[in-house]
Amino acid sequence: MNTRMSARMSTRMSTRAPRRSVRARRARSAVMITLTVVAALLATLPLIFILALLLTQGASSLNWAFFTAMPRPVGESGGGMANALAGTVMLITIASALGLPVGIGAGMYLAEHRGGRLASVVRFLSDVLNGLPSIVVGIFAWQFLVRPVHRFSALAGGIALAVMMIPLVTRTTEEMIRLVPDALREAALALGYPRWRTSLTVVLRTALPGIVTGALVAVARIAGETAPLLFTAFGNQFWSTSLTQPISALPLQIFSYAISPYDEWHALAWAGALVLLALVLVISLVAKFATRSRFGSAND
Amino acid sequence: MPTTEPRTLTTVAAPTVANGAADAQPLVSVRALDAYFGATRAVRDVSVDFVEGQVTAIIGPSGCGKSTLLRCLNRMHETIAGARTEGEVLLDGKDIYARGVNPIAVRRRIGMVFQRPTPFPTMSIRDNVVAGFRAAGHTAPSRAEQDQIAEWALRRSALWDEVKDRLRESAMALSGGQQQRLCIARALATRPRVLLLDEPTASLDPLSTQKVEELVYELRGDVTVVIVTHNMQQAARVSDRTAFMLLGELVEVAPTTRMFTSPADARTEAYITGRFG
Repeated sequence: MNTRMSARMSTRMSTRAPRRSVRARRARSAVMITLTVVAALLATLPLIFILALLLTQGASSLNWAFFTAMPRPVGESGGGMANALAGTVMLITIASALGLPVGIGAGMYLAEHRGGRLASVVRFLSDVLNGLPSIVVGIFAWQFLVRPVHRFSALAGGIALAVMMIPLVTRTTEEMIRLVPDALREAALALGYPRWRTSLTVVLRTALPGIVTGALVAVARIAGETAPLLFTAFGNQFWSTSLTQPISALPLQIFSYAISPYDEWHALAWAGALVLLALVLVISLVAKFATRSRFGSAND
Repeated sequence: MPTTEPRTLTTVAAPTVANGAADAQPLVSVRALDAYFGATRAVRDVSVDFVEGQVTAIIGPSGCGKSTLLRCLNRMHETIAGARTEGEVLLDGKDIYARGVNPIAVRRRIGMVFQRPTPFPTMSIRDNVVAGFRAAGHTAPSRAEQDQIAEWALRRSALWDEVKDRLRESAMALSGGQQQRLCIARALATRPRVLLLDEPTASLDPLSTQKVEELVYELRGDVTVVIVTHNMQQAARVSDRTAFMLLGELVEVAPTTRMFTSPADARTEAYITGRFG
């Protein structure tokens, strides 16, 4: 009893028994480090599992025909998802064409007028929109873009995805522009640059690698979105590149094949999921390398 | 602050030029200038002349308004939210604060270099130098013109020999002192009448400081220089005239040699002998 008491006291009063206390602290430190390492591994483990699963299940159905052939009717083997791939590319293009200019412009506004009342309202709403469930965005797009014209369309799907993209791009653009030191802005103004030229050729140019990264991350984020497309792009069995017709998309096709009762379709769904994951991985990698500007990191 | 700091500068002697302010022509005249940050009055009723071709140093303790005064001379003060000025600043007899005067045109004629080097990180060394020059004209200057002005400005700022073989490289690869001289070259490339230096050596090592000081000394005659400095030895080394500010007011302005030997005001004497600040 007495020894235990003194041991406890010595941990408290480090000056009296320094060696013991150091050992105790080291032990605690080791425990905490182990816990955080385990947490870090757990955080990345799902991706590794998903990748392994998709590779084992999907790689066997992945062949050239998957990328070039159209879906075949039930009972026929083979076939691919050419229409869904084209549809996804088209939807991403529409969403980027609409979402990137608006998002980047809004981000520039928020960064340049950071104290304004309108800016703080826009910033708050943008965060709310960012947290909005994607199915709600889909219903919104259906109500305003599908219901009035009585037709599902690629355009409606692209707009729904753009709505998902805008808040993401807005906030990353704002953050990246705010990272540009005020001293650079001042230096440009002192050189006799007009404000617009300062914003474009100095501030925006310096922030550009970060903005491009943000844009690519947003593209990767919407590439796999399914819910906003359910009642907008709807999906299509056939080849279509029309803006005003329903269009297929990789996630939609994966969804309808996965819930079907046919083994061939299940296999194709696995392959589709693998392709989708690969697409997101590639975009993320491009985003990572885009941050390296011509002259090295812009923020040092 | 010790008043007998060892002189790091041997090539540049204290100015011996006679600088009787009375007969010299003022290029910039400040008349009853007040500068505000919101309700705070940072510069109080300052009137001072800056003589053409001379180097004028502004000294004073931290927060005395010397940087603010400097930023009023090229209308940079007003770029801060809530900041405003009252009074006149005459350049060649014309008020730069008069109605209809474009601050951008003012800043092209009155260049400025800041405390920390501010090269544009996305531009090469050459493009940095010609950045202001390129923005100034209505039509973009030709490549040859730009190369010519870049070389001229880099030679003028004593940087040419160090960077002539790597003009296409990033300006961020230069040392801090080189970056600061690059910023001076960039300001000179627009051929300003006046060059404002806001503690240009505050972030530099002694050797780089010496080079910048030599450069400032070299510029006299061609360009009218106003330099804000914390370092009284620096003021003594590079300037023809020195102005002393305290609590937003201009206490005294006099030829530098007289300022540091027999200041007229007791407060000036107290400051330069190190009794406060």
